[in-house]
Amino acid sequence: MAKQINIFVDNRAGRIQKIAESMSLANINIRALAIQDRGEFGLVKLIVNKPDKAVLALQEKGFACGIKDVLAVVMEDKPGGLYQLLKTFPEEGVNILDAYGFAAETIKGSVFFIEVKDPAQMTAFLQGKGYKVLTDQEIYEL
Amino acid sequence: MKEKIAFRDAQKECIDGQALRKYQLERLKETVGHALRTPFYQHRLNKVGIRSSDDIRSLKDLERIPFTTKDDLRESYPRGLLATDMKKVVRVHTSSGTTGIPTVIYHTQEDLDNWTELVVRSIVACGVTSDDVFQNMMTYGMFTGGLGLHYGAERLGALVIPSGSGNTKRQLQLMKDFRTTVVHATPSYMFHFSSKIGELGFTVEELNLKKAFLGAEPYSENTRKKIEEFFKIDVYNSYGLSEMNGPGVAFECIYKTGMHLWEDAYILEMIDPETKKNLGDDTQGELVLTTLCRQATPLLRYRTRDLTTVVKGNCPCGRTHRRISRIAGRTDDMLIISGVNVFPSQIEQVIMKIPEVGNNYQIYLAKEGALDKLTVKVELYSKLFSGDLQDLERLKRKIQDELRASIVITPMVELHEPGSLPEFELKAKRVVDERIKI
Ligand SMILES: [Zn+2]
Repeated sequence: MAKQINIFVDNRAGRIQKIAESMSLANINIRALAIQDRGEFGLVKLIVNKPDKAVLALQEKGFACGIKDVLAVVMEDKPGGLYQLLKTFPEEGVNILDAYGFAAETIKGSVFFIEVKDPAQMTAFLQGKGYKVLTDQEIYEL
Repeated sequence: MKEKIAFRDAQKECIDGQALRKYQLERLKETVGHALRTPFYQHRLNKVGIRSSDDIRSLKDLERIPFTTKDDLRESYPRGLLATDMKKVVRVHTSSGTTGIPTVIYHTQEDLDNWTELVVRSIVACGVTSDDVFQNMMTYGMFTGGLGLHYGAERLGALVIPSGSGNTKRQLQLMKDFRTTVVHATPSYMFHFSSKIGELGFTVEELNLKKAFLGAEPYSENTRKKIEEFFKIDVYNSYGLSEMNGPGVAFECIYKTGMHLWEDAYILEMIDPETKKNLGDDTQGELVLTTLCRQATPLLRYRTRDLTTVVKGNCPCGRTHRRISRIAGRTDDMLIISGVNVFPSQIEQVIMKIPEVGNNYQIYLAKEGALDKLTVKVELYSKLFSGDLQDLERLKRKIQDELRASIVITPMVELHEPGSLPEFELKAKRVVDERIKI
């Protein structure tokens, strides 16, 4: 299962740079980054090549952060693909907490990171529908 | 395990009620005699028919004397309350306060000796001995907290390290090198230590700390527990104010069930701050103090503005001097928010009970149209963060609900990053009131 780091940040200038800086100092490669804004604070979401090491580096800088399992679903680059994928969630009665994607050259498509309450159950369901759900190892190799 | 009960002067500390009242009356007569030498009290006391110390016949006569306030001290600056020849004065302590007009307290050598003796008595009650190493991390100078404890610990024969406040790393190095057993600091400064100790390359285990005297700013019982657990020490609460010398007015003993107020040095009264009527024990009110052993600046019925309660019952230590509870707030710290009285200490108590948030907080007040808007800013405690947004929103609601239950009004709650709210090494300034500007 893909690992995502959720970092609690104040909504003020310079916080994301600080995160990127500490990742760079720890020699960690950021594969994807998204921000969820909640007023005075936000959550920065990171997909990195070494999540455990990244968490230690962030905690050392005083950041509050935690690791979450997320779905990493491979999407073909064709119209309507995302719609087809997302519409299966409400059909299953599953609520999407947050989602974001990034294009990956190596697989000639894009990867969608989707946060749900029970990612293991949803993985099985999506695989049954023919979707490719990446493991953490596969993401780091992208 | 409890320590042994120790006394500086068991006879004075365990004096029976009748003997105490007799002693207080003698000292009160003498104090009124001193006070009548000042232009301020001569005018005040003559107006109520007190012309000499003989006009004080019983302790009941104290009630004839009008209260003395901080404003009286300001208006009498610099010499209106000086009761001795300036030649006999060996020290002054002034404080500027928020208004900018200073107040002054003069001390003769005897005044200082009496003060020091009260401090010795206080720290002995907490189990300090001449074998202890005492690191005084309070500000020295005009602020009485630093000098007061310094002289007390020195007279007791402890090894005193007058490190003053600031320079956290050097403080830790001193603690380690000299095997410091007792520290004196503000609670904010101790929190600061707990957050920096690892980063600065020290561990609690390699230090030899046993006790801390924390004061100069209000703190809650939970703050005490957090500091005790972190440093594995005993934290003792104390009470003092510069108008009454400084530290050593009231001090906890090893039982930590309220602070013994030294009634052979001060007459304790509790009043309702609104009606100014005397209150009985066990009712929260404003503490009013009369000095009994001060020549240079005697103060009669001084309104401290501190709200406390006299603790009922006897202390297991055997001291007969009554105990006062932790200061619940100051009559002038009280915030009036949408017509409701709120003390910052009430907000602190709620926040300290919630494990998911850290120690720093800020109370922010603003106007929204005609309404008061209260925002309480807290820091997320990094070790208890799961990474879930839902948890954060649940936490905000929980803090809001518990604050509402305690202070009646519903505040906005803001979560901030650990270490992002202002932390102060000295008196924490935790209330920002933007309403005044409008
Ligand atoms: Zn006691």
